[in-house]
Amino acid sequence: MINYWPLLGVAVVVAGFALRRNPMLVVVTAGLVSGFAAGKSPGELLALLGTTLVSNRTLLLLAVTFPAIGVLERAGLRERASAWILGFGRLTVAGLLIPYLAARQLLAMVGLIQVAGHAQTVRPLLAPMAEATATRRHGALDPASRERVLALAAATDNVGVFFGEDVFLAFGAVLLIQGFYDGQGIHLDPLSIGLWALPTAISAFVIHAVRIVMFERRLARRLPEARRVREPPAAPPGEVG
Amino acid sequence: MLTLTHVFYGIGALLAGTAVLDLRDRRWLQAAFWAILAVPCLAGDSILAANKAGTRWPAQAMGAGVIALAVLASLIRARKVVDDPEDVRARAASAARLGNRLFLPALAIPGITLILVLGARIDALGITAWIEARQLPLIALGIAATLAMVLGIALTRARPVHGLIDGRRLLDSIGWPLALPLLLATLGGVFVETGVGKAISALVGEVIPTDSAVACLLAFGLGMVAFTAIMGNAFAAFPVMMAGIGLPLLVKLHGAQPAALGAMGMLTGYCGTLITPMAANFNVVPVLLLELRDPHAVIRVQWPTALALLIANLILMAVLVFR
Repeated sequence: MINYWPLLGVAVVVAGFALRRNPMLVVVTAGLVSGFAAGKSPGELLALLGTTLVSNRTLLLLAVTFPAIGVLERAGLRERASAWILGFGRLTVAGLLIPYLAARQLLAMVGLIQVAGHAQTVRPLLAPMAEATATRRHGALDPASRERVLALAAATDNVGVFFGEDVFLAFGAVLLIQGFYDGQGIHLDPLSIGLWALPTAISAFVIHAVRIVMFERRLARRLPEARRVREPPAAPPGEVG
Repeated sequence: MLTLTHVFYGIGALLAGTAVLDLRDRRWLQAAFWAILAVPCLAGDSILAANKAGTRWPAQAMGAGVIALAVLASLIRARKVVDDPEDVRARAASAARLGNRLFLPALAIPGITLILVLGARIDALGITAWIEARQLPLIALGIAATLAMVLGIALTRARPVHGLIDGRRLLDSIGWPLALPLLLATLGGVFVETGVGKAISALVGEVIPTDSAVACLLAFGLGMVAFTAIMGNAFAAFPVMMAGIGLPLLVKLHGAQPAALGAMGMLTGYCGTLITPMAANFNVVPVLLLELRDPHAVIRVQWPTALALLIANLILMAVLVFR
């Protein structure tokens, strides 16, 4: 007989987010509810929380880049990134982000997932470059447009890494899939699983690249005054970040 | 030999140092938060080893720490970081002085990671003799980031303590959401342990019309998206949906090809990752890193890509898995 009571934990997650409670509290409450509903003692439950926290600490790994990035940002890395990209006179936002998407997907396909990311490359390099390019190309950005350009840079990194990962190498997801089937008595070669990710990887590239182009067209329409000002602004765009 | 444990000592030192600086600034809640978060980095291995050996109090104390992290997070008020005009001028001057040399340490992070990961595949270099092979990409990132910090400090003539001071500034700009992915993964672990997955797959198996292959495929794909969105992670959704629908109905009953179904099913789940705030490391952390005002800014630009790709993926699956 299956015990359905632990599902209360899922309900807590959904309700907590719907009511906009602090997500950290929601998550821990859901874990406790689900644990008690499964009949665990407080001692067992605390030990379970503690050990799973430690086993998942890899998720803190992005902090390892903070000292290096922090030191360089104090020395003006983001300002330099936007000034440098302005040296490419005819570059568009799409011309910056689409090659980044392709590179991120290809690197992830050969297992190089950690070489880029929100802390490593998006905040210090890609985001200021995208903002500077958009400003030069389409004129001063209003705050809402600026937010959207920066968010698009982050989204492009996400799409690139998600749909490039695991095509050629047995990392994370492929191993999980193989492991699941193994446990069910179906034995598969990792590469045969990975190659099936290729059609989706190509679709993801095409779809997101088209969206980047459309985004830039909309941006140009939203900021019509830029069309009249043919000359690029002399000074690099104001403060970044 | 360098292992992931050494990398975590580095992160633990940054977190503990941040806690000390926060104590000095009388920011008690933040200090407590970072101090607790330093524990799994500095003492994680001993906690797991003790638990395995039957000494459970360290793991239980860490569990109490998890609850404390959540309570502290709900008490900490976000502080708007204001950029001092003096700093802005200093950064502009420094950027002009150092020019493109500033890119060198920044590109050293991906560059050195790349060299170590690729170099490890050449046996003659013997890289795997001093870096643990199993976790090599992560350890390589740690080494690269440390070398980049040293390079950066040398290049900008900063004092070495700026590694901590400036690292803390980034930690502060993110704040407690840095720990959210960790807590979500912890919740995933608890859900597995308490049988939530089994309960969901039993429920799902009962409600869908099993004689239609396309209906099963739709239920599988949409279930992956929905459950990934709730859990924030396709890895948590995959075993649940596979055990409930994928294996019994699609593979065994309708003859779907397991490799294709597994790979594309997982990627269908990733479409759910793009649209959920539960995937905090991808959708919330960048909002804070880029100091955006709208907490859902990244999701707002991602969802059309996710939706189009979901449709494309469902069509691809319908065409490819039943061959």
